[in-house]
Amino acid sequence: MNRYPWWKYTILGIALLVGLIFTLPNFFGEAPAVQVSSGKATLKLDSATTQRVERVLKEAGLKPDFVQFEGNSIKARFADGDEQLKAKDALTKALNPDLNDPSYIVALNLLSRSPHWLTAVRALPMYLGLDLRGGVHFLMQVDMKAALTKKTEAMVGDIRSLLRDKNLRHAGISRDGNNIDVRFRDRETLNAAATLLAEQLADLQWTQAQDGTDFKLTGALKPEAARAVQDAALKQNITTLHNRVNELGVAEPVIQQQGTDRVVIQLPGVQDTAKAKDIIGRTANLEFRLADMSAEARAAVEGTGPVPFGRERFTIGRGAPVVTHKEAVATGEMLTNAQPRPDQNSQPAVSVSLDAKGGRLMREMTRNNVGNYMAAILFEKGKGEVLTVARIQGEFGNDFQITGMGTTEAANDLSLLLRAGSLAAPMEIIEERTIGPSLGADNIAKGFNSVIYGFTAIAVFMCVYYMLFGVFSTAALAFNLLLLVAVLSMLQATLTLPGIAAIALTLGMAIDANVLINERVREELRAGAPPQAAINTGYERAFATILDSNVTTLIAGIALFAFGSGPIKGFAVVHCLGILTSMFSAIVFSRGLVNLWYGRQKKLKSVSIGEVWKPKADLPANT
Amino acid sequence: MEFFRIRRDIPFMRHALVFNVISALTFLVAVFFLATRGLHLSIEFTGGTLIEAAYAQPADIAKVRRSVEAMQVGEVQVQTFGNTRNVLIRLPVRGDGKHGDMVDRVFGELCKGETGTISRKQVKTDKGELVEKPVCEANGVEPVTLQRSEFVGPQVGRELAEDGAKALAFVVIGIMIYLAFRFEWKFSVAAIVANLHDVIIILGFFAFFQWEFSLSVLAAVLAVLGYSVNESVVIFDRIREAFRRYRKMNTHEVIDHAITSTMSRTIITHGSTQMMVLSMLIFGGPTLHYFAVALTIGILFGIYSSVFVAAAIAMWLGVKREDLMKSGPSKDVDPNDPNAGAVV
Repeated sequence: MNRYPWWKYTILGIALLVGLIFTLPNFFGEAPAVQVSSGKATLKLDSATTQRVERVLKEAGLKPDFVQFEGNSIKARFADGDEQLKAKDALTKALNPDLNDPSYIVALNLLSRSPHWLTAVRALPMYLGLDLRGGVHFLMQVDMKAALTKKTEAMVGDIRSLLRDKNLRHAGISRDGNNIDVRFRDRETLNAAATLLAEQLADLQWTQAQDGTDFKLTGALKPEAARAVQDAALKQNITTLHNRVNELGVAEPVIQQQGTDRVVIQLPGVQDTAKAKDIIGRTANLEFRLADMSAEARAAVEGTGPVPFGRERFTIGRGAPVVTHKEAVATGEMLTNAQPRPDQNSQPAVSVSLDAKGGRLMREMTRNNVGNYMAAILFEKGKGEVLTVARIQGEFGNDFQITGMGTTEAANDLSLLLRAGSLAAPMEIIEERTIGPSLGADNIAKGFNSVIYGFTAIAVFMCVYYMLFGVFSTAALAFNLLLLVAVLSMLQATLTLPGIAAIALTLGMAIDANVLINERVREELRAGAPPQAAINTGYERAFATILDSNVTTLIAGIALFAFGSGPIKGFAVVHCLGILTSMFSAIVFSRGLVNLWYGRQKKLKSVSIGEVWKPKADLPANT
Repeated sequence: MEFFRIRRDIPFMRHALVFNVISALTFLVAVFFLATRGLHLSIEFTGGTLIEAAYAQPADIAKVRRSVEAMQVGEVQVQTFGNTRNVLIRLPVRGDGKHGDMVDRVFGELCKGETGTISRKQVKTDKGELVEKPVCEANGVEPVTLQRSEFVGPQVGRELAEDGAKALAFVVIGIMIYLAFRFEWKFSVAAIVANLHDVIIILGFFAFFQWEFSLSVLAAVLAVLGYSVNESVVIFDRIREAFRRYRKMNTHEVIDHAITSTMSRTIITHGSTQMMVLSMLIFGGPTLHYFAVALTIGILFGIYSSVFVAAAIAMWLGVKREDLMKSGPSKDVDPNDPNAGAVV
């Protein structure tokens, strides 16, 4: 009756083992480390850089535990904080000769001290949240002026094409700050143009003036339109950041608008500030520009001649040096997608999609420029890097391909970089806050203490009140804790201070199942059932109740998970997982222990479950 | 060791009216306090600025409050946080003021109060950028440092409040559906009414004492709701079992029996959970304090509402044996008839 088949014990054994292995990394602590990552979109790290790092460290007389190239950064772990700082200085000096234009980002970091065999099975310590580990907080300022300028320039292009379509000759279109001046030779053209433009470009407020012999039509962006541009720019930046931070894999990042022109980003658990800054600080602007291949331009490229008027020269990047027109045909904000996809000949290529506006502009440009070259330039902090220079082979609009990538890796890189540039306005980090590990460590200690002391109190009570069954219940509770920590480590779910509170709460609630079982067994014994039958009935009867009660608590946990954010989500995750592990440990594990102990004894006389008080009743008390 | 030496079923349901009246009264009192005093919401819900400053010596709260109030930036709250040297300053949302400005100005006032001067020091970040940070100095030492500052915009606060309300609605509906499915709709209604009463009581306490109601407290309240319903489920389960087993008992007696026989389990479980929460209250520090308080209230009142009130309401709603014994065609068969269910 109270026998578990061998396979159930095997499952329990495996669960125990897995629990131990995945909980172990949490006890190893962390060691200081230095991390090197790329500071420029077009600069990539590879094994050569790793060797360079090793050489620099050796020359500085430092002995790292290891130097490893992982993901897209190089990490070096050291024995103590002093070595870490010395290493950082040495590397910064060696790798960034010009501090105003750093090619590499060297940052301080913490790496787990787990032995290699644990990391090999993906057994990592728990991912701690902002309030436990500390974390990184960024405040980014969006350059609104640049967004408006861009919009105005785009409008200049629109006006030009509109006037040309309607055959209205103008004497020049120029941009003056955020105003656009269009000159005409006579009043009729001016009036015709005014009506047309007022109709087509409702965002602009038009005023007419006379300037010498010319008639001037001045367009200024209406205040609501300007605000709309700013809002749209900010929102698009936030969306792009969201996607980018998601690629970082941070649980519950916070990316929010603050005020009219700022975005706040919180990355809990990230000690990898180099990587975070790399992803976030590298917000860049993409522009597609027509390259100039004329004789004077080529002279400028070689450096033998000046850069012609209205052109710009770029020297860094793939395809550089190149001279392009200053005006952008399409910008990053018009980019809807860029994916690496093989072309008709199954060669690596990048497939680019633009929105309707971008498509129209691109079509116009390519119609008149088949055979010319187009460059994709990525602007970071005002400096442009060429991503690619490609020949325009035919007229195209929204969708086109950039071929001749060479390798799939190059295609992947290019598509990533193209997408990186789809920001409506440039952003700059104006505040960076790192929440200190000491505050975090303090919180961890507090949470840990609550759990341990509470657990001890419950354990003592259970053992005293329920004797051996109490011991089994305590063992089940401990198993529960082990499994919970292991699952959290396995899932790399973010643990916050409320999360630790949830662990405490879960343990407090989990004991309910065991109490139900024990009380039921006592009741059966009180009613006179033989011990083996009592144990069996006790577990059976209690099961349905345990299931029901845990489901209702689970509903609350799911609601918190669905509608919570930040630390509360951390609470909800632990709560839900805790319910599942507590059901497993209370029912299966404790039964397994009981069966192991009592199961074989056929003529079981009594079980150690504390006092089974029988009322000396001659009245039919419990019928 | 057996704490619960109960000889026979305690006739709880005889006092069902009293229980429910007490429950209704406490409910009304709680609602009254909620309406008049309102909840003291944290900046997570209202928006605002939070500044944590660490003093080298134990802080003079009154002085700090005076200096910040003199700035006329709205209703200010100043309190110690954790130990006597840490001060927490809360400022309300301003329509126009930039966050960076506000923190600097307040820090400036604090510094002046310590007869120090603020100088902006240039700190090199590892990117090689120069960032300016305000540092307060007086005679070569730093009397007060800025530990952290937080700013929450009003829109964010609004969103969080909405999400909290949605979570509560979800829990209520989810539990009602589940209970209606497992037991019967009358039980479902009874459980929810009794346990929402719990929630309102906790909120009433927070309104009365003006304890800070933050997101973690909301999480505690929802957890309590789930936990409370636990209790009711255990009782209902027993009721169902008793209905099946003891055919001669009427509803009244069945409920009494169910409550009595689960009494020991209820008290012990609540006691154990409370031990854990007590541990949190003692060791958890200021951040978890109100979370633990909400849980404590929930656990204590939970016993009352889940055990007595839920069952009483279920009884009043007219719960019967047949509601729980969905035995189909044999519904109109007398269970005492030995030939019941016989088919020829």
